[in-house]
Amino acid sequence: MRNQVRIALFFLSFACLPGADWIRFRGPDGRGVAAEEEVLLEWNEGTNIAWKAELPGQGISGPIVIGDQVVVTSCSGYRQGRLHVSCFDAETGQKRWERQFWATGRTMAHPKTTTAAATPSSDGQRIFAHFSTNDMVCLDLEGNLLWLRGFLLEYPNASGSLGLASSPIVVGQTLVTQIETDSQSVGLGLDVNTGQTRWAVDRPQKNNWTSPVVLRGGAEHSDLVVMQSSDGLKAYRAMTGEEVWNFSEACKNIPSSTVSGNTIYVPCKGLTALRYEPGSDFPELLWQEEHLGPSTPTPLSYDDKVYSLNGSILKCADANTGQLDWRVRLKGNFTSSPVMAGGHLYCFNEQGVGQVIELGDKGRVVATNTLGEEIMCSPAIANDALYIRSFSHLWKIAQK
Amino acid sequence: MISPFFSRLRSGFLLCFLSFACNPPSFAQTNDIQQWIAILREVGPGGQGNVEAGRAWQLLANSDAEELPAILAGLNGCSPLAANWLGSAVDAIAEREVTRTGTLPVQRLEQFVLNTRHDSRARRRAFEWLMQVDQTVADRVIPQMLNDPGVEFRRDAVGRLMTEADVLFRDGSRRNESTALYRKALGGARHEDQIKTIAERLRELGQEVDLPRHFGFLMTWKLIAPFDNSNGQGFFVAYPPEKKIQLDASYEGKAGKVQWVDYSSEDDYGMIDLNQPFGKLKGVVGYACAEFTSEIQQQVQLRLGCKNAWKLWLNGKLLFERAEYHQGTQIDQYTLPAVIQPGRNIILVKLCQNEDSVSWTVHWQFQLRVCDATGTAILSTSRAHLQAAVRSSPQTNSVETGSN
Repeated sequence: MRNQVRIALFFLSFACLPGADWIRFRGPDGRGVAAEEEVLLEWNEGTNIAWKAELPGQGISGPIVIGDQVVVTSCSGYRQGRLHVSCFDAETGQKRWERQFWATGRTMAHPKTTTAAATPSSDGQRIFAHFSTNDMVCLDLEGNLLWLRGFLLEYPNASGSLGLASSPIVVGQTLVTQIETDSQSVGLGLDVNTGQTRWAVDRPQKNNWTSPVVLRGGAEHSDLVVMQSSDGLKAYRAMTGEEVWNFSEACKNIPSSTVSGNTIYVPCKGLTALRYEPGSDFPELLWQEEHLGPSTPTPLSYDDKVYSLNGSILKCADANTGQLDWRVRLKGNFTSSPVMAGGHLYCFNEQGVGQVIELGDKGRVVATNTLGEEIMCSPAIANDALYIRSFSHLWKIAQK
Repeated sequence: MISPFFSRLRSGFLLCFLSFACNPPSFAQTNDIQQWIAILREVGPGGQGNVEAGRAWQLLANSDAEELPAILAGLNGCSPLAANWLGSAVDAIAEREVTRTGTLPVQRLEQFVLNTRHDSRARRRAFEWLMQVDQTVADRVIPQMLNDPGVEFRRDAVGRLMTEADVLFRDGSRRNESTALYRKALGGARHEDQIKTIAERLRELGQEVDLPRHFGFLMTWKLIAPFDNSNGQGFFVAYPPEKKIQLDASYEGKAGKVQWVDYSSEDDYGMIDLNQPFGKLKGVVGYACAEFTSEIQQQVQLRLGCKNAWKLWLNGKLLFERAEYHQGTQIDQYTLPAVIQPGRNIILVKLCQNEDSVSWTVHWQFQLRVCDATGTAILSTSRAHLQAAVRSSPQTNSVETGSN
């Protein structure tokens, strides 16, 4: 009976919680936007930290939030060969469970990253964690292992000595992941229930750390998954892997694309806006603006504006025209992608300084907050709280 | 119309069934556990066996903590994928038990840890769970693990010795004692960072350290270059050394005749630098050939570090190839399982340099060692000590590759 009660409580918890989950890299729809959430503007080590939890190892992957639990991946051990998935109680920060795996693939990565670089994703019932070692594990919300894959055993050269970082996404019943290196590349659609391959597509044999995004078609069979690379932007049917269109201009291989409605903003020739009408053969080119190109962070679009962070310069442009509205200089360099909540943009630099920018006719830095540890991940926002991790800690920024 | 009694009865059965299905009671028999372990051990690449394994895992993870040693033993000889299925089941059981009771079957797990016939990963997982409930276990078991088959245990044992030696080293009057401890630590050390630190300390103490020998790096090679690698196409071209190794032959290369030359590395970490004999060339292919002799047939690992594109053959059989350029290198970057034959074995490395002109793409080099699964050097029976090898290194062309 205990499990039935848990299941009931689980669904009840969804009904009671005020906000949406943050179930993948940059949130439920990959936009980095939680507009209705009210996140605090100011915090530091002693103020407005609801809790701080110790992590079992390093990682630059972002946390995700599913109902009342926060999930994060980490790596530890000599040469980062131990892979961890940890689950924390969102209310208290207490660890609920942790599962550990041995890397079956190569662990080498650039010193700035780790084998825990990809943000996990969830469909609300399961957690999918992909590591740079090309190990993919699927767990349920109680930490039960449902399936796993070790892709290097099938694609023996699909590893990069700089590490992998593409975050998987769930589209309907398909888990999509992009594994792209100079020596072997593949795009995979897996059955979320079994982990077995539904489809596999050849991808350019070039290093690529970007994450796929979804263009909704109104039904699962018409949803497209879009993968960018230095060879261009390709759209595939999420269910079958069938290629639908190919935008062949070279895209960047670190910042990912972002989708707002039917428009996809692609780090390509600076920044490129493409509009896709479901069912059409090819997207329409809206604009390209060289000066809007992001560095590492993925751009963000909200309310007819698009925001792009290059070095320490944050730019805001009209999402329909690409015309620059304003720019503001922030402090430091950024690996973390910005997120938006309650009319503010939250940008964490590599030194762990969280800068809050009030959005409007001008961008205005209204708060500069420090956590005192290096921050490379993109934060999660759920239930009026912001979750962020360093190499050793996970914080919940909210009132206690 | 179903009577209320039968309706309640049906609901009762249903709940009972669901209760068992979702949360089976942990009175599994040993036979059941062995069956579930067997299912998990059968998983394979491509998601093979995932469905069955998912079901078996749920049942296994509900086992009693008393079953932990049996489940850990299931890792013996299993595949890396199966190890992760079994290891995570162990975690689930141990986590539940520690949360519920604050303890584990300590004695039985400690016996498991100490039994070196068991899988090293399983022993380590058992050890780490023991540490959650009894931190004194480390003091009991780690000091005797300097030569353990498990490299993580070795690492801990070496770390303890290094700490002790550091204390003596800092006390200037006891440096001789620290030397002995550092030597002992080096004997057990298999991880590069520890080896490097110990070697530095020993050299500060005036000690000689033969690092290439400790690692098992192959130091003496025949090299031939340059062949053409314009546009990276040379990676795919089988130049004459790939077809037949004839060390007294000469061939048409990228810029005229090429022939094998002798090369002996003096690098502590066995780096074979093709820029030294041939210059800083770009868009080229080179080959390196080494001899390794063995009295017996043995399973080894060839461990390569290389930031150029490469192919590697052992006795004419291609072991692996990789077309990645200038993205970093480290000792043991690639691990290639191989079988060394009795007598002479020929190792051939193809090393491709690309045409990038930026300064960080100048390297054209590799390091290769022969060792067992723990990283313990396996030396060629013809290997001389480093200094002797360097002194006796022939400078003229020869059909022998030299001693490794």
